[in-house]
Amino acid sequence: MSITRPSLSVLAALAVALAAASVLLTFFIAPEDADQGLSQKIFYVHVPIALTAYACFGLGAWKALRLLLTRGERYDLESYTGIHQGTIFGALTLVTGSIWAKASWGVWWTWSSNQLVLFLVLFLFYCAYFMLRFSIEPGPQRERISAVYALFGVALIPVSFFAIRLASDFIHPTVFTREGPQMTGSMFAAFCTSWAAITLLAYVMYRTELAGKRTDVNLRELREALAR
Amino acid sequence: MSAGEKYVAAAYGVFLVFVLVWAAIIATKLSRLERETGELARLARARTAGEQGDG
Repeated sequence: MSITRPSLSVLAALAVALAAASVLLTFFIAPEDADQGLSQKIFYVHVPIALTAYACFGLGAWKALRLLLTRGERYDLESYTGIHQGTIFGALTLVTGSIWAKASWGVWWTWSSNQLVLFLVLFLFYCAYFMLRFSIEPGPQRERISAVYALFGVALIPVSFFAIRLASDFIHPTVFTREGPQMTGSMFAAFCTSWAAITLLAYVMYRTELAGKRTDVNLRELREALAR
Repeated sequence: MSAGEKYVAAAYGVFLVFVLVWAAIIATKLSRLERETGELARLARARTAGEQGDG
Protein backbone atom coordinates (compact mmCIF):
# COMPACT_ATOMS: atom_id res chain seq x y z
CA MET A 1 0.00 0.00 0.00
CA SER A 2 1.44 3.33 -0.99
CA ILE A 3 1.15 6.41 1.22
CA THR A 4 0.59 9.60 -0.76
CA ARG A 5 1.62 12.97 0.63
CA PRO A 6 -1.29 15.31 1.42
CA SER A 7 -1.61 18.20 -1.02
CA LEU A 8 -0.02 21.51 -0.12
CA SER A 9 -3.31 23.41 -0.30
CA VAL A 10 -4.95 21.03 2.22
CA LEU A 11 -2.01 21.42 4.60
CA ALA A 12 -2.05 25.22 4.21
CA ALA A 13 -5.80 25.34 4.97
CA LEU A 14 -5.25 23.13 8.01
CA ALA A 15 -2.43 25.41 9.23
CA VAL A 16 -4.71 28.47 8.92
CA ALA A 17 -7.52 26.67 10.81
CA LEU A 18 -5.11 25.61 13.57
CA ALA A 19 -3.70 29.15 13.80
CA ALA A 20 -7.22 30.57 14.20
CA ALA A 21 -7.99 27.96 16.89
CA SER A 22 -4.75 28.74 18.72
CA VAL A 23 -5.52 32.50 18.78
CA LEU A 24 -8.99 31.69 20.14
CA LEU A 25 -7.60 29.36 22.81
CA THR A 26 -4.75 31.72 23.75
CA PHE A 27 -6.76 34.93 24.13
CA PHE A 28 -10.24 33.73 25.08
CA ILE A 29 -9.90 30.36 26.84
CA ALA A 30 -6.47 30.08 28.52
CA PRO A 31 -6.31 32.06 31.78
CA GLU A 32 -3.82 34.86 32.41
CA ASP A 33 -0.66 33.83 34.26
CA ALA A 34 -0.68 34.83 37.93
CA ASP A 35 2.97 36.01 37.85
CA GLN A 36 3.46 37.58 34.42
CA GLY A 37 -0.07 38.63 33.56
CA LEU A 38 -0.89 39.28 29.91
CA SER A 39 2.75 39.23 28.71
CA GLN A 40 2.82 35.45 29.37
CA LYS A 41 0.68 35.10 26.20
CA ILE A 42 3.92 35.58 24.25
CA PHE A 43 4.83 32.07 25.44
CA TYR A 44 2.24 30.60 23.03
CA VAL A 45 4.03 32.05 20.00
CA HIS A 46 7.66 32.21 21.18
CA VAL A 47 8.13 28.59 22.37
CA PRO A 48 6.43 26.95 19.32
CA ILE A 49 8.58 29.11 17.01
CA ALA A 50 11.73 28.02 18.89
CA LEU A 51 10.73 24.33 18.75
CA THR A 52 9.99 24.70 15.03
CA ALA A 53 13.44 26.22 14.49
CA TYR A 54 15.00 23.17 16.21
CA ALA A 55 12.85 20.87 14.03
CA CYS A 56 13.92 22.66 10.83
CA PHE A 57 17.61 22.46 11.76
CA GLY A 58 17.08 18.77 12.60
CA LEU A 59 15.40 18.20 9.23
CA GLY A 60 18.28 19.95 7.45
CA ALA A 61 20.77 17.73 9.29
CA TRP A 62 18.75 14.57 8.53
CA LYS A 63 18.71 15.41 4.81
CA ALA A 64 22.45 16.13 4.99
CA LEU A 65 23.01 12.69 6.52
CA ARG A 66 20.93 11.11 3.73
CA LEU A 67 23.08 12.97 1.18
CA LEU A 68 26.30 11.66 2.70
CA LEU A 69 24.96 8.10 2.92
CA THR A 70 23.25 7.82 -0.47
CA ARG A 71 24.94 10.59 -2.55
CA GLY A 72 21.43 11.54 -3.67
CA GLU A 73 21.68 15.01 -5.23
CA ARG A 74 18.14 15.99 -4.26
CA TYR A 75 19.01 15.88 -0.55
CA ASP A 76 21.36 18.84 -0.95
CA LEU A 77 18.52 21.18 -1.89
CA GLU A 78 16.29 19.66 0.81
CA SER A 79 18.98 20.10 3.48
CA TYR A 80 19.65 23.68 2.37
CA THR A 81 15.92 24.53 2.42
CA GLY A 82 15.50 23.00 5.90
CA ILE A 83 18.38 25.03 7.28
CA HIS A 84 17.09 28.17 5.55
CA GLN A 85 13.71 27.69 7.26
CA GLY A 86 15.45 26.99 10.58
CA THR A 87 17.44 30.21 10.32
CA ILE A 88 14.29 32.24 9.61
CA PHE A 89 12.48 30.68 12.57
CA GLY A 90 15.64 31.11 14.66
CA ALA A 91 15.63 34.86 13.93
CA LEU A 92 11.95 34.97 14.88
CA THR A 93 12.75 33.13 18.13
CA LEU A 94 15.35 35.74 19.03
CA VAL A 95 13.03 38.65 18.21
CA THR A 96 9.95 37.30 20.04
CA GLY A 97 12.18 36.18 22.93
CA SER A 98 13.64 39.68 23.20
CA ILE A 99 10.16 41.20 23.33
CA TRP A 100 9.14 38.73 26.06
CA ALA A 101 12.38 39.41 27.98
CA LYS A 102 11.70 43.15 27.90
CA ALA A 103 8.13 42.58 29.12
CA SER A 104 9.13 40.15 31.91
CA TRP A 105 12.67 41.06 32.95
CA GLY A 106 12.85 44.69 31.80
CA VAL A 107 15.78 44.03 29.43
CA TRP A 108 15.88 43.11 25.72
CA TRP A 109 18.72 40.64 26.22
CA THR A 110 20.75 39.10 29.04
CA TRP A 111 24.06 37.28 28.73
CA SER A 112 23.51 35.54 32.09
CA SER A 113 20.97 33.05 30.70
CA ASN A 114 22.74 30.02 29.20
CA GLN A 115 19.80 29.03 27.01
CA LEU A 116 19.64 32.44 25.35
CA VAL A 117 23.37 32.48 24.65
CA LEU A 118 23.41 28.88 23.39
CA PHE A 119 20.46 29.55 21.08
CA LEU A 120 22.31 32.59 19.72
CA VAL A 121 25.39 30.38 19.13
CA LEU A 122 23.23 27.81 17.30
CA PHE A 123 21.65 30.57 15.19
CA LEU A 124 25.01 32.14 14.28
CA PHE A 125 26.45 28.69 13.50
CA TYR A 126 23.74 28.12 10.91
CA CYS A 127 24.09 31.69 9.59
CA ALA A 128 27.72 30.78 8.84
CA TYR A 129 26.41 27.75 6.87
CA PHE A 130 25.25 30.13 4.12
CA MET A 131 28.62 31.89 3.99
CA LEU A 132 30.37 28.53 3.65
CA ARG A 133 27.90 27.21 1.06
CA PHE A 134 28.05 30.24 -1.21
CA SER A 135 31.84 30.52 -1.01
CA ILE A 136 32.19 27.17 -2.84
CA GLU A 137 31.45 26.51 -6.52
CA PRO A 138 28.24 24.47 -7.05
CA GLY A 139 28.93 20.76 -7.40
CA PRO A 140 29.51 17.55 -5.42
CA GLN A 141 32.24 19.13 -3.25
CA ARG A 142 29.92 21.92 -2.10
CA GLU A 143 27.16 19.40 -1.42
CA ARG A 144 29.40 17.25 0.77
CA ILE A 145 31.03 20.13 2.70
CA SER A 146 27.64 21.76 3.34
CA ALA A 147 26.22 18.42 4.52
CA VAL A 148 29.08 17.82 6.96
CA TYR A 149 28.69 21.36 8.37
CA ALA A 150 24.91 20.91 8.74
CA LEU A 151 25.50 17.67 10.64
CA PHE A 152 27.96 19.30 13.05
CA GLY A 153 25.37 21.93 13.91
CA VAL A 154 22.79 19.38 14.97
CA ALA A 155 24.94 18.53 18.00
CA LEU A 156 24.20 22.03 19.33
CA ILE A 157 20.43 21.42 19.32
CA PRO A 158 20.19 19.15 22.41
CA VAL A 159 22.81 21.29 24.19
CA SER A 160 20.72 24.41 23.53
CA PHE A 161 17.45 22.64 24.39
CA PHE A 162 18.63 21.16 27.69
CA ALA A 163 20.82 24.11 28.72
CA ILE A 164 18.04 25.54 30.83
CA ARG A 165 17.94 22.36 32.91
CA LEU A 166 21.70 22.26 33.33
CA ALA A 167 22.05 25.96 34.10
CA SER A 168 22.61 27.16 37.63
CA ASP A 169 20.71 30.41 37.02
CA PHE A 170 16.98 30.11 36.60
CA ILE A 171 16.20 33.44 35.03
CA HIS A 172 14.66 31.69 32.00
CA PRO A 173 11.39 29.97 33.04
CA THR A 174 11.14 26.15 32.96
CA VAL A 175 7.64 25.08 32.00
CA PHE A 176 8.15 21.44 31.10
CA THR A 177 9.60 19.42 33.98
CA ARG A 178 9.75 15.70 34.84
CA GLU A 179 6.40 16.11 36.57
CA GLY A 180 4.83 17.28 33.30
CA PRO A 181 3.80 20.69 31.98
CA GLN A 182 3.54 23.30 34.74
CA MET A 183 0.34 24.92 33.45
CA THR A 184 -3.40 24.40 33.41
CA GLY A 185 -5.14 22.10 30.91
CA SER A 186 -6.48 25.00 28.81
CA MET A 187 -3.03 26.63 28.72
CA PHE A 188 -1.50 23.34 27.57
CA ALA A 189 -4.21 22.93 24.91
CA ALA A 190 -3.50 26.47 23.63
CA PHE A 191 0.21 25.73 23.56
CA CYS A 192 -0.20 22.41 21.69
CA THR A 193 -2.55 23.96 19.12
CA SER A 194 -0.18 26.86 18.54
CA TRP A 195 2.76 24.46 18.21
CA ALA A 196 0.87 22.31 15.69
CA ALA A 197 -0.14 25.40 13.67
CA ILE A 198 3.38 26.84 13.51
CA THR A 199 5.02 23.47 12.73
CA LEU A 200 2.51 22.83 9.94
CA LEU A 201 3.01 26.36 8.60
CA ALA A 202 6.77 25.78 8.56
CA TYR A 203 6.26 22.49 6.69
CA VAL A 204 4.05 24.20 4.09
CA MET A 205 6.69 26.92 3.70
CA TYR A 206 9.42 24.27 3.40
CA ARG A 207 7.61 22.43 0.60
CA THR A 208 6.70 25.67 -1.21
CA GLU A 209 10.27 26.97 -1.04
CA LEU A 210 11.63 23.60 -2.13
CA ALA A 211 9.24 23.50 -5.12
CA GLY A 212 10.40 26.99 -6.12
CA LYS A 213 14.07 26.06 -5.87
CA ARG A 214 13.56 22.83 -7.85
CA THR A 215 11.70 24.76 -10.55
CA ASP A 216 14.60 27.21 -10.68
CA VAL A 217 17.07 24.35 -11.22
CA ASN A 218 14.87 22.74 -13.89
CA LEU A 219 14.47 26.06 -15.71
CA ARG A 220 18.24 26.62 -15.70
CA GLU A 221 18.82 23.19 -17.22
CA LEU A 222 16.10 23.76 -19.80
CA ARG A 223 17.58 27.13 -20.74
CA GLU A 224 21.02 25.57 -21.21
CA ALA A 225 19.53 22.75 -23.32
CA LEU A 226 17.64 25.19 -25.55
CA ALA A 227 20.70 27.43 -25.98
CA ARG A 228 22.68 24.56 -27.55
CA MET B 1 -3.18 50.13 25.84
CA SER B 2 -1.12 48.75 28.76
CA ALA B 3 2.59 47.89 28.48
CA GLY B 4 1.78 44.15 28.58
CA GLU B 5 -0.72 44.51 25.74
CA LYS B 6 1.84 46.41 23.65
CA TYR B 7 4.47 43.68 24.07
CA VAL B 8 1.99 40.89 23.25
CA ALA B 9 0.80 42.83 20.17
CA ALA B 10 4.44 43.36 19.12
CA ALA B 11 5.33 39.64 19.44
CA TYR B 12 2.29 38.46 17.47
CA GLY B 13 2.69 41.37 15.03
CA VAL B 14 6.29 40.35 14.24
CA PHE B 15 5.10 36.85 13.38
CA LEU B 16 2.24 38.15 11.23
CA VAL B 17 4.55 40.54 9.36
CA PHE B 18 6.97 37.67 8.76
CA VAL B 19 4.21 35.51 7.21
CA LEU B 20 3.08 38.43 4.99
CA VAL B 21 6.65 39.22 3.86
CA TRP B 22 7.22 35.53 3.08
CA ALA B 23 3.99 35.42 1.03
CA ALA B 24 5.10 38.56 -0.87
CA ILE B 25 8.52 37.03 -1.61
CA ILE B 26 6.93 33.79 -2.86
CA ALA B 27 4.47 35.78 -5.03
CA THR B 28 7.40 37.72 -6.58
CA LYS B 29 9.30 34.49 -7.19
CA LEU B 30 6.23 32.86 -8.76
CA SER B 31 5.76 35.75 -11.19
CA ARG B 32 9.47 35.55 -12.14
CA LEU B 33 9.19 31.80 -12.74
CA GLU B 34 6.05 32.36 -14.83
CA ARG B 35 7.87 34.97 -16.96
CA GLU B 36 10.93 32.76 -17.44
CA THR B 37 8.80 29.71 -18.32
CA GLY B 38 6.96 31.84 -20.89
CA GLU B 39 10.27 32.97 -22.44
CA LEU B 40 11.50 29.37 -22.66
CA ALA B 41 8.21 28.23 -24.21
CA ARG B 42 8.50 30.99 -26.86
CA LEU B 43 12.10 29.96 -27.53
CA ALA B 44 11.09 26.30 -27.90
CA ARG B 45 8.20 27.19 -30.23
CA ALA B 46 10.51 29.36 -32.39
CA ARG B 47 13.05 26.54 -32.57
CA THR B 48 10.39 23.98 -33.54
CA ALA B 49 9.05 26.34 -36.22
CA GLY B 50 12.62 26.87 -37.55
CA GLU B 51 13.27 23.13 -37.71
CA GLN B 52 9.99 22.54 -39.58
CA GLY B 53 10.88 25.37 -41.98
CA ASP B 54 14.31 23.81 -42.68
CA GLY B 55 12.78 20.33 -43.14
